[in-house]
Amino acid sequence: MSPKPPIVRHDDLKPGFARLRRRGLLRGSFSLGALTLLTGCDLSTHSGVDAALEAMLRFDDRIQEALFDKSRLAETYPASAITHPFRFNAYYPEWQVRIIDPATWRLGVSGLVRETRAWSVADLRALPQQSQITRHICIEGWSQIGQWSGVPLHVFLKRIGADLRAKYVSFTCFDGYSTSIDMPSALQSQTILALDFESKPLTPEWGAPLRLRIPTKLGYKSAKNLQSIAVTNKYPGGYWENQGYDWFAGV
Amino acid sequence: MRPLRSARPAHPVPIRIMHWIGVYAIGCMMFSGWEIYDASPSLPFLFPQWTGLGGWLGGALAWHLSAMWLLFADGLAYLAYGIATGHFRRDLAPPHPREVGRDLGAALRFALPHRIGHYNAVQRLLYAGIIIVITFAVATGLAIWKPVQFGWLTGLFGGYPIARGIHLAMMGLIATFVVIHVTLVAFYPRTLVSMIANTSADPETTP
Repeated sequence: MSPKPPIVRHDDLKPGFARLRRRGLLRGSFSLGALTLLTGCDLSTHSGVDAALEAMLRFDDRIQEALFDKSRLAETYPASAITHPFRFNAYYPEWQVRIIDPATWRLGVSGLVRETRAWSVADLRALPQQSQITRHICIEGWSQIGQWSGVPLHVFLKRIGADLRAKYVSFTCFDGYSTSIDMPSALQSQTILALDFESKPLTPEWGAPLRLRIPTKLGYKSAKNLQSIAVTNKYPGGYWENQGYDWFAGV
Repeated sequence: MRPLRSARPAHPVPIRIMHWIGVYAIGCMMFSGWEIYDASPSLPFLFPQWTGLGGWLGGALAWHLSAMWLLFADGLAYLAYGIATGHFRRDLAPPHPREVGRDLGAALRFALPHRIGHYNAVQRLLYAGIIIVITFAVATGLAIWKPVQFGWLTGLFGGYPIARGIHLAMMGLIATFVVIHVTLVAFYPRTLVSMIANTSADPETTP
């Protein structure tokens, strides 16, 4: 058993948190909307507008954290409601899907955990499994109902001896994607490390061999093609979050 | 001839302030909403890129989720004011259908007298209607923002996809209202002045 790393205080990380966000939210602002609503602002740099929008996003995150109730479950559906065909979605087109050999793949674990050994697909299948038919809601507005099954994340986190008082659980993927979620959402009973899609092992386009499935958050939190999980108090950001999507992304 | 009323303002100061904050908030919501709609259009049309606010989906959402607080605060203040001062009861109470028919007919013949600070049946109908429409826009907005945490509300609107459709439909009604409202203001420019500067209400006349 490795010694527990020192806990990082959230307050120490605020500058880094702000830096990650400072990417310029407002793009291509020479529109009717911008011209009528931002009259008087310096549209060539719009750094003041960006700062205000970023502050509002952080305010929204705090509201969302307050609204989140771990005991409130996402609606579940009968098998007849499953969407066919299921829509592929990633930050790259489907022909660029990364394929990995599930037999040699291992899930890395790091951060505020007791056990950092890597996990194989077989190791994960030996843990208790849960199946769900839930709605996947994309930030773009579309949604679809799918069936996933796998290991509840709270089961996994307890198994690796994670510090459940830590702020964040962070996910990195071998397709270059990354995201992170808050600990209360990670412990919600419907948050699972999915191994199966529609009762069959995940195929590459659906995130093989392991993906996160979290029906209480927008789709970009359900990271596919997982490579490692870290438990941390240091704000981890994420692929889309660093570009300006709101971090909490609760539904 | 009834006695003339003492000069009261056509629109009290709080109404004027809340009106223009509301215009700004609705403008932000509408322009950023079009950009969000374009990310995944549910109808076979797109809003032109140059009408959007935010430049991309993330920027548009940041605007939408910022301005919603302004709209929410402004709307709550307006509802509280309207109930507390009797503005709703006095000025926006549902007109009798016969009055609506009479005033609507007159309006379509461009013969409806417009008295500043008084509300005819067509105005009562439009203004009460837009308050209800904006309330539904906010409620469906909350339903699609938090379909799990506010699951009861989303359920009330028939689930996430239907709530999203109603939200879009409310936008369409608000846009329609804006066109009618601005057109009527163009016909009676004095009303624009009365929503900005201190203006006395027109005297009462015999019906």
